[in-house]
Amino acid sequence: MSTLTREGRATGDRRPRPQHEDQRRDRRRDDQVPDEGATPPGQGPDAGPLAEMGSPQRGRAVKDAVARVVMWGAFGVVMIPLVWILYTVVSRGVHLLLSSTWWTNNQRNINSGDVGGGARHAIEGTLMMAGITAVIAVPIGILTAVYLVEYGRGGLARAISFTVDILSGIPSIVAALFIYAVWVTTFGIERSGFAAALALVLLMIPVVVRSTESMLTLVPNELREAAYALGVPKWVTVVKVVLRTAFSGIVTGVLLGLARIMGETAPLLILAPYTKNFQRDLFSGNFPTLPMMINQDRGDIGLAAAAERMWGASLTLILLVLLLNLVGRIIARAGSVKT
Amino acid sequence: MAKRIDVTDLNVYYSAFKAVEGVSMTVEPRSVTAFIGPSGCGKSTFLRTLNRMHEVIAGGRVEGKVMLDNQDLYAPNMDPVAVRRTVGMVFQRPNPFPTMSIYDNVAAGLRLNGVKNKKSLDGVVETSLKSANLWNEVKDRLGKPGAGLSGGQQQRLCIARAIAVQPQVLLMDEPCSALDPISTLAIEDLVSQLKNEFTIVIVTHNMQQAARVSDRTAFFNLRATGEPGRLVEIGDTTKIFNNPTQQATEDYISGRFG
Ligand SMILES: Nc1ncnc2c1ncn2[C@@H]1O[C@H](COP(=O)(O)OP(=O)(O)OP(=O)(O)O)[C@@H](O)[C@H]1O
Ligand SMILES: [Mg+2]
Repeated sequence: MSTLTREGRATGDRRPRPQHEDQRRDRRRDDQVPDEGATPPGQGPDAGPLAEMGSPQRGRAVKDAVARVVMWGAFGVVMIPLVWILYTVVSRGVHLLLSSTWWTNNQRNINSGDVGGGARHAIEGTLMMAGITAVIAVPIGILTAVYLVEYGRGGLARAISFTVDILSGIPSIVAALFIYAVWVTTFGIERSGFAAALALVLLMIPVVVRSTESMLTLVPNELREAAYALGVPKWVTVVKVVLRTAFSGIVTGVLLGLARIMGETAPLLILAPYTKNFQRDLFSGNFPTLPMMINQDRGDIGLAAAAERMWGASLTLILLVLLLNLVGRIIARAGSVKT
Repeated sequence: MAKRIDVTDLNVYYSAFKAVEGVSMTVEPRSVTAFIGPSGCGKSTFLRTLNRMHEVIAGGRVEGKVMLDNQDLYAPNMDPVAVRRTVGMVFQRPNPFPTMSIYDNVAAGLRLNGVKNKKSLDGVVETSLKSANLWNEVKDRLGKPGAGLSGGQQQRLCIARAIAVQPQVLLMDEPCSALDPISTLAIEDLVSQLKNEFTIVIVTHNMQQAARVSDRTAFFNLRATGEPGRLVEIGDTTKIFNNPTQQATEDYISGRFG
């Protein structure tokens, strides 16, 4: 998120950081004025200006110290569980990831208590599902945001914006039940990876819309006007200037959305039952994914091999999301605003 | 190339607020017309009606007639995009496209309208940068980002970008207000050169600048805050500055000169 705003701001020619530092330096200089013995007008030297001016400064120092402690405290509170989780997952899962079959094999014919096999089926499944979800949700999300920011006026835009708000508040299990009701109960189609992807689409759209929207509003209006004044039609301006300027922010937003849905489990539980086998057909049959693999092995956690696999699959999922973020960062960097 | 603008009885609105009222004037081709007047009197607003940029603002509306030679800019079948290709604009704050290189900025108007031919783009970029007096400073770094130039260079880049699409008229809204005296002089020289090819309208708060660069001057004023701005008088710059017909013009000009 931090790169978002940084890069988004860079599109305007305001540079908040140095300004801020200037202000801080200025304020510090102000603080020193009483120390240098300056007397405010209307106050004689006997009024003890130094003593009076000194105390608010001490007050500020105390506030500064308190704020510092609170900040570091908050930072620690956040870091402890994070480090703990990472440590647990890595220490228990990493050796499976180093085994030769983990990245190549599936779990077919391997009983819960047995070691061996790999997570290739679930990795492929998770990537496929994320891919198809993104292919559907990203265009819809970006186009919606473009409509809301560049074209939408009045009732329809407000209605859409309200709908997106509602959508972003829907629990994943409810989205899954909705797809189940439509897909399975109403149309009678069997459960499949694609059905689960549809539920994930519902969860991803609002994330993409909101992040893209905020990136588009950061694009300074002067750039749109500059393009219009060159006789460039509005839609070309939107595509070649506005979306182009906001590109890296939009990529980051899409990644946040993807990271969110890759770990979603409820829609998978309801719509895409796990299989230990390879499954490349999104439209029929059970579908393997990493969260479901974790869930499966959690059921047999009493067995050492299953517990191990659970940690291995967890670490793999974390790594996948991390990798995706990395790739996105590189894309965003390549397309970001250069000065 | 250059065209004459004839404005008759123009009223300009922001939603219900009438910002400019009853302006009629002629802008002569191949000359520089300066707009002067106190802040808020509607110079920018009026200027933006000359290339239909006013209607980009939500609630922006215009009544009256603007003729470019014998074309009615506000005729129902007139395409605002085509108008803006003919009447270019330079803004108060330099606004190069931040994602584009110097070359791409200048080529933007043509490229975004579908010109792909590298040879002809190269030619246009070079001549435009030369006319904007920027070529020598940037010819070795055309691939570098346009936003990396100094403010004055950026403004000349924006002028190059505007003239690259070969407009007939160039509107400039306080193009020097963000610049130092040396860059200002560079831009003023540029304006004097460009008027051989284009019709130029320039808004400025700087009396000396208006006197230096313009052939004709239009003085805008408003009676009171909240009232719409009006054109008080327009005439040859020497006449407006030395011997204006209206008392208000004289007050404004002499007030400024102290
Ligand atoms: N986007 C807008 N919406 C509503 N009113 C506006 C808008 N822009 C300008 N106005 C109003 O229109 C009037 C004229 O403004 P304008 O910007 O044209 O003045 P100006 O003569 O260019 O002033 P300056 O010399 O300060 O640039 C002012 O009263 C202003 O408040
Ligand atoms: Mg103005």
